[in-house]
Amino acid sequence: MSYKMTVSPDFTPDHIGGWYIFNTWLQKSLQLPIHLELYDSFHQQRDAIDGDEVDLIYANPFDASKLVRDKGFVAVARPRRSADEAIIAVCESFHAQQIEDLDADTKIAQSEDPDVNLICDIMLEPAELSNPDQQRLILGSYPLVAKALIKQNADVGFFLVEAYLSLSKLTKQQLRILARSQINVMHHTLLVGPKLQEYRDLLNQHLLTMTASQKGAGVLDSMGFEAWDNMNDEEMEFMIDLVDTLNYQPD
Amino acid sequence: MRDMEPEDIDGDYIEKILIFNDGSRRKVLITDKETPFQDGRLIVSRTDAKGIITHVNQSFIEMSGYKEQELVGQPHYILRHPDMPAVAFKGLWDTIEKGEKWHGYVKNLRKDGGYYWVLAVVIPNIRKGRITGFTSVRRKPARRKIEECTELYPTLF
Repeated sequence: MSYKMTVSPDFTPDHIGGWYIFNTWLQKSLQLPIHLELYDSFHQQRDAIDGDEVDLIYANPFDASKLVRDKGFVAVARPRRSADEAIIAVCESFHAQQIEDLDADTKIAQSEDPDVNLICDIMLEPAELSNPDQQRLILGSYPLVAKALIKQNADVGFFLVEAYLSLSKLTKQQLRILARSQINVMHHTLLVGPKLQEYRDLLNQHLLTMTASQKGAGVLDSMGFEAWDNMNDEEMEFMIDLVDTLNYQPD
Repeated sequence: MRDMEPEDIDGDYIEKILIFNDGSRRKVLITDKETPFQDGRLIVSRTDAKGIITHVNQSFIEMSGYKEQELVGQPHYILRHPDMPAVAFKGLWDTIEKGEKWHGYVKNLRKDGGYYWVLAVVIPNIRKGRITGFTSVRRKPARRKIEECTELYPTLF
């Protein structure tokens, strides 16, 4: 029997190879067959989760909350000094200089990334946009969001910070950051599902000592991580409470 | 809680005495200087079940003007501004102690005597059916809402 690992589809393309290397390291460390499946979209990944196909996942905070609450997943570790932040960008020539300059009928381009969309929606609240659902382009990737802004098919675009920074220099020259989140306490988390929970402690030990070996450090480097830090149940509960607080929409 | 000190205050100030629900008093020194809530900031904090601060993020520290070690261990009402009517906080506690979420527009007091407006959302942290603390996120409020509250709150004293 093989277990399945997946990664939140918001990872940067530069680190795809790193996740495959990590999977090889993981299989050797745990002496378990684990298959890495990278989904092209959040929609596809969610279908796999709903079908109980996933046993190990590197999840964004929004999905992690659902996995713990609804699917019995538990947190294992989080990447050190890494926080999920979001950017609202506009075309360089766009009139608005701050969020409150946006018109009520502002058109938004966004991906399916749930936590980025949540954070950016909150950042837009001071503009009091009307009918936002009717003014949204839902696109398959962050480069497409950037393209929609440059072609002026949308006024503002939502980005994960890493995704925005990884856009080409030429693309970024045509865009401008209107707002960047400063939350500091939201981050992706590695979670194990019910079928792998007996390996939680062993996996945790292997992850936390990765930097001790040259090989482990090399694997981390290929993923763009400095190290893994422990993530206990209470820290996960804090993240869930935080996501709940952010999800709350005042009248 | 310690009274506010004149050497911490930025500009001309007036002195007021606050009396909190737990019977404690604090001398506060207030100015009319507003610190703008920068786009993108989200202020995050946690308290225990009695409202004692256990965690703050960097935005909390920068907006309040306090150091982290001056905040952790203090009651959340260290930010209480005398322009906020007591009834607003009664509504907050009545709601969250029932295990429900609360939101409201709040004028907070900075260490330097100035103030900043927030849209605060507070949720109870429920563990094994018991409230163990509260998580709060403060967002930038719409200017129209601040103006409404600036007119409304003085009528609630």
